[in-house]
Amino acid sequence: MTVQELPGAASYRPTPPPAWKPRTDPAPLLPDPEPYRVLGTGAVDGFAPELLRRLHAELVRGRRYNAQATALTKQGRLAVYPSSTGQEACQVAAALVLEERDWLFPSYRDTLAAVVRGLDPAAALTLLRGDWHTGYDPREHRIAPLCTPLATQLPHAVGLAHAARLKGDDVVALALVGDGGTSEGDFHEALNFAAVWQAPVVFLVQNNGFAISVPLAKQTAAPSLAHKAVGYGMPGRLVDGNDAPAVHQVLGEAMARARRGGGPTLVEAVTYRIDAHTNADDATRYRGDTEVAAWRDHDPVRILERELTGRGLLDEAGIRAAAEEAEAMAARLRERMNADAVLVPDDLFTQVYAEPTPQLRAQAEQLRAELAAEVEGDTR
Amino acid sequence: MSGATSRATGGTTATAVKPDRAARPATMAQALQRAMRDAMAEDPAVHVLGEDVGTLGGVFRVTDGLAKEFGEDRCTDTPLAEAGILGTAVGMAMYGLRPVVEMQFDAFAYPAFEQLISHVSRMRNRTRGAMPLPLVVRVPYGGGIGGVEHHSDSSEAYYMATPGLHVVTPATVEDAYGLLRAAIASDDPVVFLEPKRLYWSKSDWSPEAPAAVEPIGRAVVRRTGRSATLITYGPSVPVCLEAAEAARAEGWELEVVDLRSLVPFDDETVCASVRRTGRAVVVHESTGFGGPGGEIAARITEQCFHHLEAPVLRVAGFDIPYPPPMLERHHLPGVDRVLDAVARLQWEAEN
Repeated sequence: MTVQELPGAASYRPTPPPAWKPRTDPAPLLPDPEPYRVLGTGAVDGFAPELLRRLHAELVRGRRYNAQATALTKQGRLAVYPSSTGQEACQVAAALVLEERDWLFPSYRDTLAAVVRGLDPAAALTLLRGDWHTGYDPREHRIAPLCTPLATQLPHAVGLAHAARLKGDDVVALALVGDGGTSEGDFHEALNFAAVWQAPVVFLVQNNGFAISVPLAKQTAAPSLAHKAVGYGMPGRLVDGNDAPAVHQVLGEAMARARRGGGPTLVEAVTYRIDAHTNADDATRYRGDTEVAAWRDHDPVRILERELTGRGLLDEAGIRAAAEEAEAMAARLRERMNADAVLVPDDLFTQVYAEPTPQLRAQAEQLRAELAAEVEGDTR
Repeated sequence: MSGATSRATGGTTATAVKPDRAARPATMAQALQRAMRDAMAEDPAVHVLGEDVGTLGGVFRVTDGLAKEFGEDRCTDTPLAEAGILGTAVGMAMYGLRPVVEMQFDAFAYPAFEQLISHVSRMRNRTRGAMPLPLVVRVPYGGGIGGVEHHSDSSEAYYMATPGLHVVTPATVEDAYGLLRAAIASDDPVVFLEPKRLYWSKSDWSPEAPAAVEPIGRAVVRRTGRSATLITYGPSVPVCLEAAEAARAEGWELEVVDLRSLVPFDDETVCASVRRTGRAVVVHESTGFGGPGGEIAARITEQCFHHLEAPVLRVAGFDIPYPPPMLERHHLPGVDRVLDAVARLQWEAEN
């Protein structure tokens, strides 16, 4: 029996499949192809002069902070320092768009953002000094611990923002990640959860061109990192990451959107890591001077200063005051870091569980005895 | 195998409760559900999240009815991504909630290991006590249910090797309730391993008068005996009780210690028993090489060496990837293998 001979074959009409349509219109989610800019476009007229001067002062302070921290590694006062030199506009804007009740989720390269948010620089640098891991109470400052495993802080930001919304609190979480971090699975999972839950969270990707030595071209084939947002059903925004007012504006809009229940946004800030990955890295092995020089011309401090002085919003005295304030901050930081760290070996055991286990109590006792014997040996 | 828990569970007294609240047969799955339900009713900070935990009530129905009673914001079907589930739970705990996460199966929990190891286990430590992380990760584990590949792993050794986590596993209906309540009440992260082949084990149990919620970290002697100690936990507890019963025919009175908590480890109860009996066999499904038995044997040797009449033996799963279901009976430590080990405890040397 052939198919044609099957009973009813002649009268068979296929049932149409159930209607399908896209769940979200992708068009409004797409980022503009060009990074958003304020400086050099005239758009700076729309900004309050106080904000612009604040951005400038913080950039100058941030640049000095990066230089000082790098110098401290050379003096052996910090174990390692991943510099954000060249990325100060992202760091400063990220901190300044937050309300006091909001939360910041930084990576290890984002100590400056924590400092601009108000954290004591010595506390921000605890991890990198090495006297403990997190040198501050995250809840007191609403700054999550500096996160070293890439992108793993992103789901934390989503969960915290989700919890705040469940409790009815007006809290937005801002999570920082680098271009390399966008390749991690946790980046994907965090953005997906955020969009499904419509969590009040903003993701800022600081695309500084390199994941240690690996350039973005080897990291992704996406049109831009901001385009990745569309796949999750959230808007993507592309911004010049060295243009502080532009980053401030784009992040501010994303924060406002999250705050009014509009859900998450992915912001890609295009910037450049002027220094090597850390003091232990040699950037000459993977990039040329010409490229670095081009980005130095587009330096966040320089381009803001040029625009503000050109428009009469900043004068020599203002520039000098910012520099002096930055110098004073650096001096205080040097003083703090040159003092020997206070180490409490007992905390190794007391802060593992609420109550140390019997085994940890025994090990703590062992270490105490060893330390006592050391002291006795020294004094003998 | 799952019917063998009667000795372990015994009966709870129902004299003080109303007739409609009297003890009645309940499964371990029901006791676990009840523990979450009661914790959620008592504390609005307790949230359950995972794959299929809401509308479906979980693939083992352990969260049955929670979404209906407390709403989907309290018992949430998440996207299918274990790192995302645990990672967002970390953020929720940072904000003051007490998340109870369900990992659908042992082997499906592996994508969440980075969150567990790099964040969950050390948040208290890295913040020097400023930010403890009260969070429970429930993991159905172990074999014996005829599961196909990736559904039967004994993953406890991975968790035990991570400082900062508590690792507990019930073997009885009562402990399922009591330990899960204790885990949810704990201010530390707890990996709560649920022996899936005991999910349907039953006991006469009154959820309104549950046994006292004991602090995590105490083992319990399930059966007393003077000949040797079987040290075990979770799915192997009924096996050991059955073996102990069978051993009476050989003239051996075996003591059975149910660890209940792998971390913290109850050296006191274990060593007190081994000092009494002078002989010990550790029994678990997990692989022998690098498994919990090695650590337990070392601890016993270090602390009870002069009381030992024989080397501490291990009866464990073979050092192989978990077998396909039609072969798993060869892998799982059963009564005969336990008795064989007991027979090897140098009994002649005593005589």
